[in-house]
Amino acid sequence: MELKEKLLDSHLAFEEQSEVNETIQGFRTRALRVFEKKGFPTRKIEAWKYTSLASVVNKNYALFPRTDSGIELKHVKRYFLYDIDTYKIVFIDGIYSPFLSETTHDGLDVCLLSAALSKQKYKPIIDKYFNKAAVKDESLTALNTAFAKEGAYIYIPKNKVSENPIEIVHFSTGEQKALWLQPRNLIVVEENAQVQIIERHQSLSSHDVVTNTVTEIHAHKDSLLDYYKIQNDLDSASLIDNTYIVQEKNSHVSVHTFSFGGKLVRNNLNYFHKDQNIMSTLKGLTILKGKQHVDHNTLVNHSKPNCDSHQDYKGIYSEQSKGVFNGKIFVDKIAQKTNAFQQSNNILIDDKATINSKPQLEIFADDVKCSHGCTIGQLDEDTLFYLRSRGIPRKEAKALLTYAFANNILQSVQINVLKKRINGQIAEKLGVNLGFDL
Amino acid sequence: MLTIENLHAVVDGKLILNGIDLDVKAGEIHAIMGPNGSGKSTLSSVIAGNKVYEMTKGNILLNGENINELDAETRAHKGIFISFQYPVEIPGVSVTNFIKTAINASRKAQGLEDMPASEMLKKIRQKAALLDIDTKFLSRSLNEGFSGGEKKRNEIFQMAMLEPKLSILDETDSGLDIDALKIVANGVNRLRNKNNAVILITHYQRLLNYIIPDFVHVINEGKIVKSGTKDLAKELEAKGYDWIKKELN
Repeated sequence: MELKEKLLDSHLAFEEQSEVNETIQGFRTRALRVFEKKGFPTRKIEAWKYTSLASVVNKNYALFPRTDSGIELKHVKRYFLYDIDTYKIVFIDGIYSPFLSETTHDGLDVCLLSAALSKQKYKPIIDKYFNKAAVKDESLTALNTAFAKEGAYIYIPKNKVSENPIEIVHFSTGEQKALWLQPRNLIVVEENAQVQIIERHQSLSSHDVVTNTVTEIHAHKDSLLDYYKIQNDLDSASLIDNTYIVQEKNSHVSVHTFSFGGKLVRNNLNYFHKDQNIMSTLKGLTILKGKQHVDHNTLVNHSKPNCDSHQDYKGIYSEQSKGVFNGKIFVDKIAQKTNAFQQSNNILIDDKATINSKPQLEIFADDVKCSHGCTIGQLDEDTLFYLRSRGIPRKEAKALLTYAFANNILQSVQINVLKKRINGQIAEKLGVNLGFDL
Repeated sequence: MLTIENLHAVVDGKLILNGIDLDVKAGEIHAIMGPNGSGKSTLSSVIAGNKVYEMTKGNILLNGENINELDAETRAHKGIFISFQYPVEIPGVSVTNFIKTAINASRKAQGLEDMPASEMLKKIRQKAALLDIDTKFLSRSLNEGFSGGEKKRNEIFQMAMLEPKLSILDETDSGLDIDALKIVANGVNRLRNKNNAVILITHYQRLLNYIIPDFVHVINEGKIVKSGTKDLAKELEAKGYDWIKKELN
């Protein structure tokens, strides 16, 4: 049976075993219809021109894994920011792990979406925000909505500054042959609140796993959200990340995406502006090798005046790896004084590596500042000569320049231990030992 | 120290150096002057080992050893240094980390261990003071957002740290105001000794008021057409390069 049919057929059984109200059921049913009609996106769709899901959807996946995993903290400690205090919501094969998690209801809510969806206490929030930011007619998002049940629920009340960063970690053990996971996260940052969130998907075995995740974020007036996506998974793991961000007046939402691994990664990162003086920051660093494939598909929808967006994506591609950057900026005719910046810089290390970079600007206002730039190249020979003339051999000079190119994206990481950790990962990925941290 | 014999070099099929002969001894300062496009900067690039330029004839000898075939890093390890006219910017690598990497690369090539951190720090402080460089400057990304003067001063700082045998300063005076020029010139003067040598490449005589050359050479159309003492530079300043061209004809 094809994956699509299998998913459709399994929905009834899924609904029977999950307790939610009629509103949620309504969302799921409508979403299922969208997926039934549209199916998995193919390369005939412009937004999927350079990324084929064929190799991902042709397998037989377990849809509702039931694992009783014996994962101990010591096995997975290195995937956490263990050297500082954090809240943690941890899932193993899509199932909440109370043992590895550190949730809270003390001044803010960091807990399970399944709890929020079923408990009366959270109903006003769920009614107001659940499935509101997500785009309804996108088929993979609809597929996630149809099966939306578990994930992280984060609520930061007005004026609350969360001292601890929050880690959302999804482990997959692959104890069942191949896994299809669909986590759903809901994040609400109320007026003048601040929080830092780190999201990571990590496979612990070499079995295939596909994660089709949806994260909805609502950032209210004067709020500040710093979001870090760490994608450094095994070559058997694929990720389709759909993130929808709604911003209110004076808010700043920044998303850093570090894509260092995985078989196929697709990042659909979407920003929607509901008021003025908003700042949206999108930063990405992609370092790939082998046959890894990462596709960054961004949208910043400037629908209000006086807002800024800043996109800076860098990629380093070795061997036969493939990168895609498709950055769409939409500026509505009333969105005067928009300041939208977009930059995509790429280095191809080997002849067979590929990058497809496509800026897509649709501007209907006349008093705006929109700039975009894209570079694809090898390392600059003049720069290499400069280093070599100082006695640094060609190989080390190349490594140093690649490292410097990549590390630039790290400057804006606000959590020091995370910055240090990623810095180490960059050096490891590039195979350099420079004897200093930047 | 440096002997150049009948040097010919081409770039993109175009002949730029057309038979250069030059002999620089330890302890000497040579100035090479010439109009724009005469081949001054090409000469410095070829000596430093930039393979964009193809040497078609001639020899470059460093202390008697033919270095024609050596790559740029090996020439640097043997004591050749070039101060660039347009130093490149390297965002993400601080001045300090860059110079550490460079020094330790040269030490490695000579079979030495990395320089101990305390010794490195001491040397950095000492050389920064020599050039009136604020230590805050050293933690900035290499040349990124530096003014013209800061870039040139940073080049001389690297020269001071690397302690080369032969330094080629390519248009080091361009983009410098008079105060910065004095600091840079003072640094160069204090770094010179009887064992090293300096080649100054310059369009104007101005720098030579502060770094007094032993010899002045005029280059035109890829050839040294006139050599003399520091007085030649003054004569050039007064009469202009057309004077040389007329004299040749």
